[in-house]
Amino acid sequence: MTRFVMVADLRRCVGCQTCTAACKENNGTPVGVQWRRVLDIEAGEYPDVSRVFLPTGCQHCDKPPCMEVCPSTATGKRADGLVTIDYDLCIGCSYCIMACPYEARFKVEDLVYPYEEGATAADQARTNPAKFDGVVSKCTFCIDRIDAGLAKGLVPGRDMEATPACVQGCISGALRFGDLDDPGSDVATLIRDNKWFRQHEAEGTRPGFYYLWDKGAL
Amino acid sequence: MKQMITARLQKYWDLRAAGNFIGGGTGTGLVMASGLGAALGLDVTVPLLAGLAFVGLGLSMVWLEIGKPWRALHVFFHPQTSWMTREGILAAPLMAAGAAYWWFGHPAFLAVAVLLSAGFIYCQARILRAARAIPAWSHARTVPLILMTAAAEGTGLFLVIGEPAPAMIAAALAMAVAREVAREVYRLALSRDKAPQGTLNWFVRPEVRVLQAMRWVSMALLAAGLFGLPLAAVGGGVLAVLTGWGLKAIMVTKAAFNRGAAIPRTPVRGRDSSRLVQQQ
Repeated sequence: MTRFVMVADLRRCVGCQTCTAACKENNGTPVGVQWRRVLDIEAGEYPDVSRVFLPTGCQHCDKPPCMEVCPSTATGKRADGLVTIDYDLCIGCSYCIMACPYEARFKVEDLVYPYEEGATAADQARTNPAKFDGVVSKCTFCIDRIDAGLAKGLVPGRDMEATPACVQGCISGALRFGDLDDPGSDVATLIRDNKWFRQHEAEGTRPGFYYLWDKGAL
Repeated sequence: MKQMITARLQKYWDLRAAGNFIGGGTGTGLVMASGLGAALGLDVTVPLLAGLAFVGLGLSMVWLEIGKPWRALHVFFHPQTSWMTREGILAAPLMAAGAAYWWFGHPAFLAVAVLLSAGFIYCQARILRAARAIPAWSHARTVPLILMTAAAEGTGLFLVIGEPAPAMIAAALAMAVAREVAREVYRLALSRDKAPQGTLNWFVRPEVRVLQAMRWVSMALLAAGLFGLPLAAVGGGVLAVLTGWGLKAIMVTKAAFNRGAAIPRTPVRGRDSSRLVQQQ
């Protein structure tokens, strides 16, 4: 079996937003849609204050609540753990947005391009932005790159061509990607050898996004 | 150590979505009140048809909200787990059963319409319950609140557009009291379970306090109606409906804060140590 997951080492993340730019560049998402985000969170009160950069987006849950509520079956889940959206089935009801505890989903009400004249040739070259119009979208873990890479015999997480753009772009090595079910993969090793948490664990969604916060196994 | 608040008001479901819960609640409440009215020997033609119209109007509001309205039939694709699909599936037979009672007058059709109405409003309550991003909706106490406000709106409106018979006035008063209890239990539960501060703030805002006062006036008028003042009961019915609409409009569009991002611990950097983080 394969279970693709992402690991964010919070000790390494410097909040540079390179991953958000890489995501935008790779996926050509419209204005107002940001699948990969890095939140700048403060905790504590002066003088005992911590600042944490939290990369976030779709957590590709084992039990995705978005899929459960979706009335059109547009949201699905593959055997490798990737949660998908079929833009041709989606009716844009936004119910999945109300069900996702991770604020990972976006609906484009009015398709706006960075330049007033509409989609530029560069936008069109990356993707067809019109596919997002009126439907809900979210991070796919760069599913196209993964599938194209697998077809070439590459290993997602190890071979950058088959790895999500945010991970490839990460300047500090904070973001890692791979198959959790492969004991030799980077993500399996990192999760085994470090302390980690997942967001909103109490919701029972079993996210595929792990946050490392200290060395040593849990 | 407390984390800064990251919960935000959802911006995707607006008054059109609230309109579905308003129309569905009042409509199904009216159909169920019509069932009671028929059992009491009252003429229920107008309330029943109005109830069906409200349900239809509510669904039309959703149609206006969705991004791809010409794919609306896709809503029927996922009855296995989606309460929105189940709501949609119940709508057509509900309309058919109501229309059949109006046309043929056989009480069995009305009984079926009442049952389907109960199912429809339960689906609406479960739609909110399944919205796990929004603590103000996903709380277990949301379900009785939605059911009770539908009953209060339906019986209240029946007094306005049907016959304000004493038994129906008593029912409207009982439902209004039940809604008030459900609403208070809901408020206390959200506070106890640490709903986002933005949500809790709405319970003390002036608009909500005015709505609360209107609900109390509504109950007083309904009680007065029981003592031979039918006009007071009609006024109480109007207020019961309006306050239900206000409650749902605020619940959907104003108090619907999401969970926000949450970190249970801070990372260890350099010689610093990790700290536990409490959510505000």
